[in-house]
Amino acid sequence: MSDTANSDERVKEMSGLRRALIRPELGGIVGTIAVFTFFALFAFDSGMFNAQGVMNWSIVSAQFMIIAVGACLLMIAGEFDLSVGSMIGFAGMMIAILGVTLGFPIWLAIIITFVTCTLIGGLNGLIVVKTGLPSFIVTLAFLFILRGFTIFLPQTIERKTIIGGIREAAEGDWLAPLFGGKIGGSIFQWMGDNGIIAVFERGTRKGQPVVDGIPMLIVWAILLVLFGHFLLTKTRFGNWIFAAGGDAQAARYVGVPVNRVKILMFMFTAFCATVFATCQVMEFGSAGADRGLLKEFEAIIAVVIGGALLTGGYGSVLGAALGALIFGVVQQGLFFAGVESSLFRVFLGVILLLAVILNTYIRRLITGER
Amino acid sequence: MNKLLSKLALAATVALAPLAMTGAAVADGHEKLKYVLVSHAPDSDSWWNTIKNGIALAGDQMGVDVEYRNPPTGDLADMARIIEQASASGPNGIITTLADFDVLSGPIKAAVDQGINVIIMNSGTPEQTRDVGALMFVGQPEYDAGYAAGLRAKGDGVESFVCVNHVISNTVVGERCRGFADGLGVDLGDSMIDSGQDPAEIKNRVIAYLTANPETDAILTLGPTSADPTILAVEEMGISGDIYFGTFDLGTEIVKAIKSDVINWGIDQQPFLQAYLPVVILANYDRYGVLPGNNINSGPGFVTKDALGKVEEFAGEFR
Repeated sequence: MSDTANSDERVKEMSGLRRALIRPELGGIVGTIAVFTFFALFAFDSGMFNAQGVMNWSIVSAQFMIIAVGACLLMIAGEFDLSVGSMIGFAGMMIAILGVTLGFPIWLAIIITFVTCTLIGGLNGLIVVKTGLPSFIVTLAFLFILRGFTIFLPQTIERKTIIGGIREAAEGDWLAPLFGGKIGGSIFQWMGDNGIIAVFERGTRKGQPVVDGIPMLIVWAILLVLFGHFLLTKTRFGNWIFAAGGDAQAARYVGVPVNRVKILMFMFTAFCATVFATCQVMEFGSAGADRGLLKEFEAIIAVVIGGALLTGGYGSVLGAALGALIFGVVQQGLFFAGVESSLFRVFLGVILLLAVILNTYIRRLITGER
Repeated sequence: MNKLLSKLALAATVALAPLAMTGAAVADGHEKLKYVLVSHAPDSDSWWNTIKNGIALAGDQMGVDVEYRNPPTGDLADMARIIEQASASGPNGIITTLADFDVLSGPIKAAVDQGINVIIMNSGTPEQTRDVGALMFVGQPEYDAGYAAGLRAKGDGVESFVCVNHVISNTVVGERCRGFADGLGVDLGDSMIDSGQDPAEIKNRVIAYLTANPETDAILTLGPTSADPTILAVEEMGISGDIYFGTFDLGTEIVKAIKSDVINWGIDQQPFLQAYLPVVILANYDRYGVLPGNNINSGPGFVTKDALGKVEEFAGEFR
């Protein structure tokens, strides 16, 4: 009886074009095209699109992506985490204190940090779920608590707020290259040798290409985006995330373990922040008390540009990744275009507003709400 | 809605066009040289205005383009990205601070190796400057400046002090407190307080510290950001003029306070020179290949009530 299946009154007919158009990512796709067109017109010969320039905005975008994936899934599950920025500072400082001051092997320092930070994320979630308080307030408290420890601990232990020497401590470590290393070096060397990309003209690195590999930061960003997208769209757990954020009570009635989903998402957000922090300290070799300042808002902005709904229940990881890309390209691109850097925030605000308006329009098309 | 988006994009494009065009201009037969100054200061730090004025003046006089870049929140990891970005845009030279050697030495070395001339200004040491391969250092050796100030205060009978540090994350600036303590011959101990950047918080933390430690002889502030609220704090506590008060850097409020005997002296590192000289030096190096043979100390110079005329006239602008 295929006829009845086709004319099932519960299934709405929709044209393929319309279905292709009304995706949560549409706003992000349109924005990405617009942003790249803009900078191709105004900053094309400024170095923005040579190997070094591409690497520059790719790294910045990848940083945003890493924290945006966590923030996106959490936001779809109906909660916020304002402690992301402080968590980045805290995690970096923890690796520095464990690895440099206390002399632990770096792999152990990294593992302890990941476990501790993920547990703090879980604590955030537990408090939100148990007290029923808005996550906005609970995580705001952790924003201050974690930042406070990040300044207090190194000052008490080392009498300074920047702890260096991590690169030296990580020498020969097996886990550190997973965060601070680079891959594809030989390909870039080949491109440098054949004049496809520029090489250093003098100094100890003469003859080496100006871009000598893809940092693990970018690899992490791509892996996290793929993982998040798969989890959200292809698994039962993904449906639970949507349900928990859409209407928690209704979700509970149909048997979704809402509390568990939310706590796990808080832990995942903390995990992403720790990945960010670990990549940063491994690359720069030092942890500072002011690292990660305001990154929580940058994550939320990327997610919102990417089409997620602030109230939860709707969004897309791919959209958030595109939001992060737009954010990174605009931030670095304005420098390339020679725009006064204090105007960056003006552009950020304008883009945010445009994205939200566009996304609201698309969402109404999809959900049919007025 | 797409139409609306493209309209707005167009509007932004039109508004931006003049900014994007300036790069192509050519002056007096020379190919227009382009330099970028990268600072570590957050948007909120008003002291860097003098730097902006300095490079604008030097750019005009030398007929070169100089751009100013900074990380909006003062995050040094962001600053490293900005230096990488500046290198990628292929300027003739980069002028930058070396606020944290670990974070910034990599990107700066990469810029040098790429064939870009680099001058370190403001923060850093001569050793670090050599190490990253920069041409020279233009600035004030911070520890030495703090030490000189400590000796001066000791001569005035100071035995204990509080250092109000509004940039606790900048280790180089923290050296001023350490130098001051060593000059006084006392242990730094808990004398350095992290004041944060917010004026109200700074003021109240200073009041809290001085209330809890009434035997404190002297206050040392590290710039206008911490000095201005501290002036209000001592006035509110009724100890202005009574407590020994020294500060690094100058600003409108600091000059007023020196004039009215609230502040005993200000240490001027002459930021104008730190911005102006590197531009002049780089331009002449690029055009004629001439370069001064040593680092340049732009400070310290003690400014007291006696020599305020010119300082007052240009405070916050070129001083």
